[in-house]
Amino acid sequence: MDNTELLKLLERDCRATPDQLAAMLGRDAAEVRDEIRTLEKENVILGYNAMIDWDRTGEELVTALIEVRVTPQRGDGFDHIAERIYQFEEVESLYLMSGAYDFVVLITGRTLKEVASFVSARLSTIDGVTGTATHFILKKYKEKGVAFESAPVQEERMKYV
Amino acid sequence: MDFQELIAKKVVALKPSGIRKFFDLLETMEDAISLGVGEPDFATPWHIRDAGIYSLEKGFTKYTPNAGMMALREEISRYMRRRFNLSYDPAGQIIVTVGGSEGIDLSLRMLLEPGDEVIIPTPSFVCYGPLTVMAGGTPVYVETRAEDDFKLTPELLKSALTEKTKVLVLPYPCNPTGGVMERADLEAVGEILKDTRVAVISDEIYAELSYGLHHVSPANIPALYDRTIVVNGFSKAYAMTGWRMGYLCGPRAAIAQMVKIHQFGIMSAPTTSQYAAIEAMRAGDRDIEAMRAEYDRRRRFLVHGLRDAGLDCYEPHGAFYVFPSIRSTGLSSEEFCERFLLSQRVAVIPGSAFGPGGEGFVRMCYAAGMENLKEALARLETFLKELA
Repeated sequence: MDNTELLKLLERDCRATPDQLAAMLGRDAAEVRDEIRTLEKENVILGYNAMIDWDRTGEELVTALIEVRVTPQRGDGFDHIAERIYQFEEVESLYLMSGAYDFVVLITGRTLKEVASFVSARLSTIDGVTGTATHFILKKYKEKGVAFESAPVQEERMKYV
Repeated sequence: MDFQELIAKKVVALKPSGIRKFFDLLETMEDAISLGVGEPDFATPWHIRDAGIYSLEKGFTKYTPNAGMMALREEISRYMRRRFNLSYDPAGQIIVTVGGSEGIDLSLRMLLEPGDEVIIPTPSFVCYGPLTVMAGGTPVYVETRAEDDFKLTPELLKSALTEKTKVLVLPYPCNPTGGVMERADLEAVGEILKDTRVAVISDEIYAELSYGLHHVSPANIPALYDRTIVVNGFSKAYAMTGWRMGYLCGPRAAIAQMVKIHQFGIMSAPTTSQYAAIEAMRAGDRDIEAMRAEYDRRRRFLVHGLRDAGLDCYEPHGAFYVFPSIRSTGLSSEEFCERFLLSQRVAVIPGSAFGPGGEGFVRMCYAAGMENLKEALARLETFLKELA
């Protein structure tokens, strides 16, 4: 059974219950429940997160996007270096890129200093890393298809048609 | 002077919508959910809005040709071919209107003379009767039934046909029932009409919102093509209600006369909207697909939820409404809606508002966010328990 539809629905709202998902998909609830369990086991579904705009909370957080250039290692190419980078708890996301640099690392820290020291003390010192460029994120507008500002609502609308 | 005395009697006689009071009430309520408004909850896709904005920036703010911009009519012609396998010449068989509503109005005004009868299957959208009256015709309502999937059956059609019949309105996919006419149903209509002098006005504004079945137009039936005016528009398929963009496709003779009426009454449809509409037809197929998929999920969710709650519910095949029967509650549809609103703060529309055959049903629009639908269903269950 193609489970793309199910996954898309979960990706958008993981709080939807198997009953609700089954109704939307026109499928059997027990079957959907089993399928979710299987997808979790197979690591297709890795977790269920809330999307939070931390700027609206009292929490002060700094997010940076760091370009990393490396010398690939014989035998395991980029994977070994990647593993050494993503093991750090601070690392939120890590992607191998085509183009002028090799990796993009997304990290979140409490202060600018914390992020800077991660780059200089941890990231740059990894064997094979030849250079980094750190870009601090100033404002988030949209993430995973969700805009951080909700669209304004048109006030005067026809009430019934 | 009492101005009231000056007003044409047929206008005074038009009944204002009976559901207004619900919505005035709704406005005063906090935390209310409206499933009453039949328009998409989506904003128009950004690339379409952007095309409208761009045309304004360029200063494209003049009238267009009366029938609409040729570039748009060409896109409509391609679209009708691509989506429905219908052939219309942009230079004489298409006119761009101010929404599908103007299209229906133009068609009736072009066709009707005093005494002409217009067959209108109901329950259906509320405009056909009043527009018929304003155009000097006489509406003849034909009650469709849930047990016939709200189709216009050959028997019903035959029973309504008279010497005076000038027009048959086919409002499918149907608001509020979600009923559709399939090819065989339309072939039967063709068989009945082929030796008559009856025109068909086919309101296909919900054609793109067909679920499971691909939409078939009466114009796809050879016996009907030459007598059918297809009414369509951008409002529902592209979530463009406020742009007021519709169009008519039909026989040359009909379009030529309607361009005249449109020219005197309207001049031309809004220019900004026409630029946006061109973009919609050039690059909007994927938007339609995404929105249809979303409506389809909501449709299944709502039908499932209503049946679970114990209401009989015909499975709608088109548009974005469900039309459950509320007869089991023993209430009239108006009582049901009023009490549901007062007790649970959810607005739905009584079926009786949609003409004969609508009593005993209510219309719920699922062009509302999933969260609202979930909450509305939960409140419905509470309400039904209260009644029991």
